[in-house]
Amino acid sequence: MEAAQMIDAKGMACPMPIVKTKKAMDKLDSGDVLELRATDQGAKADVAAWSKSTGHELLEQKEEGGVLTFWIKKK
Amino acid sequence: MEEKKKTNIILFSGDYDKAMAAFIIANGAAAYDHDVTIFATFWGLNAFRKEGGVHTDKGRMEKMFEKMMPRGAEKMGLSKMNYAGFGQKMIKNVMKKHQAMPLRDLIAMAQEQEINLVACTMTMDLLGLKEEELLDDIQLGGVAAYLAEAEDGQVNLFI
Repeated sequence: MEAAQMIDAKGMACPMPIVKTKKAMDKLDSGDVLELRATDQGAKADVAAWSKSTGHELLEQKEEGGVLTFWIKKK
Repeated sequence: MEEKKKTNIILFSGDYDKAMAAFIIANGAAAYDHDVTIFATFWGLNAFRKEGGVHTDKGRMEKMFEKMMPRGAEKMGLSKMNYAGFGQKMIKNVMKKHQAMPLRDLIAMAQEQEINLVACTMTMDLLGLKEEELLDDIQLGGVAAYLAEAEDGQVNLFI
């Protein structure tokens, strides 16, 4: 998937993946897609909940070799 | 623009682990676009202290308190298994391994995310803490300042 920006939060612990995502998202334009990579297993629930609450759309996610990748579209 | 949601945390505890929990929630809430305020009172004020000594003019009792209490976040002990500070050092090593942020960094990140840090002046007086002993950009306030935020807060925690 084409992403406007990629955030690498691999190895980072809570709350960093979400904090980094939020910071990056603030700089993007509406409709842009952000790609987030993380290894914190809590990110699965965190990213879903965060997207829902902030109104951004979690388009897709996958898990490969312990790395979680999320694509989130800015509202 | 719609009104931002609010998260308010009272940090009463001076334990390293509990303060970590408070600052992780606060930083998370800021990422949720909430207006976040941490009110520190009693032992929680130690998290707002500058590291190292700050020369201030105060009485004997206040000086004693100043020496007995942890100077700054990284000097705070664990609520369980502290073993005179040894447990705290151990857990910090484990945190490093898991790339969890130490409390000092969580506080810096909170300030970077424009989280309001408010120190309770009544307990500052009780513990003999002066404003110049606290980190920069700490606001001072009392119960009314907390309640003003809390009454329209969506998340209110006492830690």
